[in-house]
Amino acid sequence: MEIFRPARDGGVSAWISAGEATLLRTLVLPVMDLMAGDRKDQPQRGVIEELEALFNQGPAPQTPTDPVLARLLPDAYHDDPEAAGEFRKYTESSLREAKKYFAQTLLDTLPENGGRVKLTGDQARDWMRALNDVRLAFGVRLEVSEDFEDQLAALDPEDPRVAAFEVYGWLGAVQESLVRALDR
Amino acid sequence: MSVAPAEVDLPRIEDESVPDKPWLTIVWNDPVNLMSYVTYVFEHVFGYPRPKAEKLMLDVHHKGKAVVASGSREAMEHNVEVLHGYGLWATIRQDT
Repeated sequence: MEIFRPARDGGVSAWISAGEATLLRTLVLPVMDLMAGDRKDQPQRGVIEELEALFNQGPAPQTPTDPVLARLLPDAYHDDPEAAGEFRKYTESSLREAKKYFAQTLLDTLPENGGRVKLTGDQARDWMRALNDVRLAFGVRLEVSEDFEDQLAALDPEDPRVAAFEVYGWLGAVQESLVRALDR
Repeated sequence: MSVAPAEVDLPRIEDESVPDKPWLTIVWNDPVNLMSYVTYVFEHVFGYPRPKAEKLMLDVHHKGKAVVASGSREAMEHNVEVLHGYGLWATIRQDT
């Protein structure tokens, strides 16, 4: 993949192979599913039900037990579970929607069979956030440290985590090029 | 342009229950977020000039956390929502 570069119109562009496009799609879709998560089983609600739910003083939702979800949807209050629960009650669904939207922008602007990716500034920021969510999910699952390259070097070449570490590193390089291209 | 108000002797209120302390947006260090990305987010979200954004990013990185903004509780809650959208590990607390 040719890294992202600034485009004349203020956006950014990069060239991406068919394999890389497939890889990105494969990585982003599970994050979208995770964000759709809890709401998937719920029946479609009408306006009245939505309003009732809004004013319903039920128990505040808890911090997710899945560590990836807990990292993507973190508590807003560090040592105050009650305030964290209240905040979560009013903001978690919109944060989930936002993250799905960023992922959808990436999917919509990704050429299916590879080719040139051209993004506006706003689309580039959606990509950055979508890539970051994938990296956060990998980071939690792989328990990466700040010296992930040392962690990778210490793994047995036969270790199944090697490929995941390499994908994680690649995502970091793509994100870095996006930040630098946008920053110029 | 405004001028400084004339000094007025107000009675000092020592009662600690008066909630006049500002609220803070705190960002915590994590091993995944790239330094360049965190700097970019501080510049873009808060409109901070590059040197200030970089200093805050380095504070987060070296000290484990940093106060990145202060103000009303509502404004800090809004900041945290935006920062969570960017995947930064951000929390709110009242200044002590």
